[in-house]
This record gives sequence, structure tokens and C-alpha cells, in this order.
Amino acid sequence: MRMENVLLRLENISVSFDDDLILNDISLEIKDKEFVTLLGPSGCGKTTTLRIIGGFVNPDAGNVYFNGVIMNDVPPYKRPVNTIFQKYALFPHLNVFENVAFGLRILKKPEKEIKQTVNEMLTLVNLSGFSTRNVSSLSGGQQQRVAIARALAVRPKILLLDEPLGALDLKLRKDMQVELKNIQQQLDITFIYVTHDQEEALSMSDTVVVMDNGCIQQIGSPLDIYNEPKNAFVADFIGESNILDAVMKEDYSVSFAGHIFKCLDSGFAEGEPADAVVRPEDIDLVEPEKGMLSGTVTSVTFRGVHFEIIVDIRGFKWMIQTTDYYPVGMSVGLVIGPDDIHIMKKSEYSGRFGDYSTYSDEIEELSENTEEEV
Amino acid sequence: MKTKKSLLQRYAASPYMVWSVLFVIAPLLFVIYYAFTDRNGTFSFNNFSRMFSGETPKVFVISLAFAFVSTLICLIIAYPLAYSMIKTKKKTQNMLIMLFMLPMWMNFVLRTYAISFLLEDRGLINQLFTSIGLGQIKLINTSGAVIFGMIYNFLPYMLLPIYSVMSKMDKSLIEASEDLGCNRLHTLTKVILPLSIPGIVSGITMVFVPSVSTFYISQKLGPSDFTLIGDEIETEIKSAAGSYNYGSAISFVLMILIFICLIVMNKFSDEDAQGGMLV
Ligand SMILES: Nc1ncnc2c1ncn2[C@@H]1O[C@H](COP(=O)(O)OP(=O)(O)OP(=O)(O)O)[C@@H](O)[C@H]1O
Ligand SMILES: [Mg+2]
Repeated sequence: MRMENVLLRLENISVSFDDDLILNDISLEIKDKEFVTLLGPSGCGKTTTLRIIGGFVNPDAGNVYFNGVIMNDVPPYKRPVNTIFQKYALFPHLNVFENVAFGLRILKKPEKEIKQTVNEMLTLVNLSGFSTRNVSSLSGGQQQRVAIARALAVRPKILLLDEPLGALDLKLRKDMQVELKNIQQQLDITFIYVTHDQEEALSMSDTVVVMDNGCIQQIGSPLDIYNEPKNAFVADFIGESNILDAVMKEDYSVSFAGHIFKCLDSGFAEGEPADAVVRPEDIDLVEPEKGMLSGTVTSVTFRGVHFEIIVDIRGFKWMIQTTDYYPVGMSVGLVIGPDDIHIMKKSEYSGRFGDYSTYSDEIEELSENTEEEV
Repeated sequence: MKTKKSLLQRYAASPYMVWSVLFVIAPLLFVIYYAFTDRNGTFSFNNFSRMFSGETPKVFVISLAFAFVSTLICLIIAYPLAYSMIKTKKKTQNMLIMLFMLPMWMNFVLRTYAISFLLEDRGLINQLFTSIGLGQIKLINTSGAVIFGMIYNFLPYMLLPIYSVMSKMDKSLIEASEDLGCNRLHTLTKVILPLSIPGIVSGITMVFVPSVSTFYISQKLGPSDFTLIGDEIETEIKSAAGSYNYGSAISFVLMILIFICLIVMNKFSDEDAQGGMLV
């Protein structure tokens, strides 16, 4: 990565609110015209990170650089950054046109140019006929798009989007995802996008930043994040995964679930404990005696394109996705190829994720059990 | 869609109805009745024609002018005050509100007495002035003292509605405006001010109406023969030879004047802000 290319840099940012450490030593580089997504569960500090970039929160420690220049003390109105707020924050006393024109009027642009830009922006977000409408009379999706038009009208270098599609239904959401991606490419600006929807993150981004608990867990392309998660948290948060307690026998050989598998990972010490990830769609099902592992189907769920089945192998519940139907109670064998296995170093998240025993039918059983225990 | 109302729902409002008939509508009808009759109870316009002679028109003008000035000053003080209050911590805000409400717990007459003690020739302020070598200044029994009294008494009524509108304002709107390039001044004029108009309107109403009809403040703090319209009504009703009729007529005209002022103001505010509320 060449340094000139870096548009925004966060350096060792930490923030506390009321003695709670909310962001813990965040460092992040964002390149010009990049589509970066901050992905993580609720409360992990995504909005706070955006607010630091926007200038609404001052970090307790660390620096924000824009084009290599330190920006810590630059007030929000002087930053080349615009935000689409989680709750839109449209001005209720202004109509759609005036909301979009707001930033341009502050810049004292000539009336003719304002009119032209606003109409351009409204066309861009498919709201051309809505100029004179009152913003409170718009649907959530329309308000959303006004907010996008308003932020884009002033031509920011970086657009910060805080869960902009959170309030939309699935269909509109998908459309808007495509639309936003198009807008980003058309206008050639950097997007920093916050979401807790992993599918959205994977499909839209150049780079995904996975966060949990105020820390960055992994930064990488969507493919990297999916195929080579750094720890059990990332593996579990991005897509479905079976995460098993494993021991590296030697390079390219790992033991878990009572079987020794060939794998593609090396660089671990001999006998080092690790976590093995196997994605549900990578597992092949065969007859029990032909499998590397074998177990019993305990639940089947139809998911449209595929079935999601849970197989109990020595007490560990595996999730497997298959296009064939397997009835509950049937014995099946599992085949797992070397490239279907990903080995991760042990982390604080080890053992907390990756077993599907709380899944579907099993939930009832489990809750009965807990009731007995209480 | 019509839903059948329960007995409770149907009659829940009736105590309020009785209350408003007794204490709002009835006095109003009495005022109108007295205003349009003479002492013998026969219908006449004499009370009104009498109003155009003598001092009364001048008193009306003075009353409106004093109320206007004190309302304006209240607004000028209360708006920045409310604005700076919402920037402080919630705890500080509650304490400041308490502080401004505290004088309100005291009787109105006592409060005005307290002011006169402060402003007297040998009052606290003048003692302070003489002690630091400044001469005694004529404070009490001046028009300034009347204005001061009105402001002192009615400022909280301006502050509270403005503060409450401002504190309920969505903070993200302020951030959005900063985000779009507004410095503090622009944020104030382009976002906060237009959004706080409903508070300003009710503040103005709540200060202007009592200011225009006040009577005690002017007697206690104003120059010796200084009269406001409230004083005139009071004297008229209290005087031995007087009757309710002329006083009622003045009240009636005052009510209409206030009503017109309010309508004009609401019209004005509705153009700027949706959700501008009536009174
Ligand atoms: N002004 C504040 N004062 C105190 N605590 C705060 C403040 N702002 C955020 N927090 C806390 O910081 C943590 C992170 O908040 P943040 O809004 O960044 O989460 P998020 O990742 O955006 O979550 P979500 O997906 O729910 O929007 C939360 O625990 C929140 O309660
Ligand atoms: Mg958030």
C-alpha cells in the first residue's frame, strides 16, 4: 500500500465514556475511493468510530489524520467528511429541496447552481418529484434517500454512513445496496459504512473491518474475512461455521473430532492447540462407513436453495448445508477436504462459538433441561 | 371507524366542562353583560364612547408599549440563557431551572415588595452605590422600575417554554447542521432558532398577556400618578362612585386587543415553523 494513497488514518484511538472503555486502541487506514465497512454486533463501538472521524467525539488518546494532516482539533464543519446519521436527522422545518440545499446554501453557492445540484442529487436517489414535500410526510426509505442526497450535495471526500439501510425492508434494502454502490463508483468518493448485517458488508465492501467490544478483530477483503477468519469471533460472526477444538499434529495435519485431517495450514508448533473452522457448505455427506466422521441427523430445516441439517457427532452438533434431503435420525458420514479446513490461533473467543447445540429443535430440549436444573 | 365509548369515557370530560362553564365562560359573559349595560342594567354603548375621552386611550397605548418592551427584553434575556443552559450537563440544567423557578414560589405581591426594597432611595442598591462612592440614583418610581418589575416577575414564563422546546430538540439535528458546514452561529440561526419558534411564541404569549394587564407593579414601582390599564380597571371597580360597567368595558377591549395580538403572532409563526402552537 503506497502512503499517498491513504486518505484517512486512525492511529491508536481510545475512547471512554463514564470510565467504560468503548474503543480500545483502534488503528485503521482508509484509502481514497475505498468502500470500507465497519461490521460488528450492537454496542461494539461502530457509531463511536464514525463520530470520531466526523469530529463529534474527541478521542481520549490517539490521532485522526486526513491526507497525512492531523485533524484532532478540526471542528466537524471544517472536515471534508459528511455523515448520514443512524436516524437520518433531516431538518423538520425544511422541505425536501431545502434539506438537500442546506449545505450548498451555507457554502453560498449561486442559486442557479444550487437548483441544479439539488435536482441532480434528487434524481440520483430517485426522488425527483419530491422537492416540495415535507420531510415528515416521507416514508423511512424516502427519508433515507433525502439524507443521502443532502450529504452528497456538498461533495464530501468521505461519506460516513451509519447503518443507512437499517429501517428498510429486505427488498428495498437490496435495491438500495446496489444503488449506494453505484453512487459510490459514479462519484468516486470514499465510503465508510457501518452495519451489523454481515451479508451487506460482504457484498458491498472493498474492505471489511470486523469489530467487537471496542477492538478491531480483523481487517481484510470480504473473501479474506470469510475464508481466513482470524479468530472464533470473526468466523462465527461472518457466515455460519463449525468451530472445533483442534490440535496441530504437524504442518498440514490437524486433529479434531477424533480424526486426523489433512489441511493447508502451517507455521504452528507441533501439538499446538488451535481452533479449526469448517464452513457448513464445504462438508460433503456420504454413507456412514465411507465418511471421515459419522453421526446422526437431529434436525432438518428447509432454507429455499438448500437444507440446513444438524448432525450430532459425539455430542458436538455440526451444521451442514446440502441440497439433498436427509431425514431426522438417519446416520450420515462426513467428508472434509484439506481446503475446507481453516486453522486459527487460540484466542479469548475460543470455545464460545461454533457449536450448534442451541439450534432449532434442540432449543426446546435445552430449555427443558435448564428448567430442571434451576 | 366508530367505537362504542364506555360510560367513563363519555362522562370523563364532564367535570372539566362544569369547571370551564363556571370559571371561564360565566365570568366572560358577566364581563360582556356589564360592558354593554349601564348602571341600571339597560343596554348601552356609553361605556365604550366614554373610553375615547379622557386618559383611557393614552393609558391603553402606554400599557401596550410597556408590555411590548418588557416582553422583548424578557425574550432577549431568556433565549441566550436557554441556549446556554442546554449546553450544560443535565444536573446543572435542573439546578438552574430550580433557581429561576424559586422566586415563583413567592407571592407576587411579596416579590414586588422585595423589588421596591431593592430599588428604594435608601434601598440595597443605592446603599451599595453610595458605599463605593457613587451618588444615589433615582431608581424607584420610574418607568424603568416598572419595566424591571415586569421582567423580574415574568422572565420565568419566557424561559421555561423556550428551554423546554430546546431541550427536547433532537441533538442529531445540530450535529447534522455542523456536519453540513455550519459554524455555531449558522447552526443557531438556521436550525435552532427556526425549530424553537413554538417555544418563543408561547413564551411571548405568557409574558405579554400578564404584562399588559398588570396593575400592582405600576402602583408600587412606577411614578406617583402612573397608571396602566390594569390600574384603571382596578380603580374603576373599587371606587365608591364607580361600577363594574366601565371596568368591564375596558377589560373587554383589552381582551380583544390581546386576542388580535395573539392571532397575528400565530400567523407569523405558522409561516416559519410547522407545529407552531396556539398559545
Ligand atoms: N455519549 C455516550 N455516553 C455514554 N456511553 C456512550 C455514549 N455513546 C456511546 N456510548 C456507549 O458506547 C458503546 C458503543 O456505542 P456505539 O453507539 O458506538 O455502538 P454501535 O456499534 O454503533 O452499536 P449499534 O449497532 O447498536 O448502533 C455502547 O455501549 C454505548 O452505550
Ligand atoms: Mg450505532
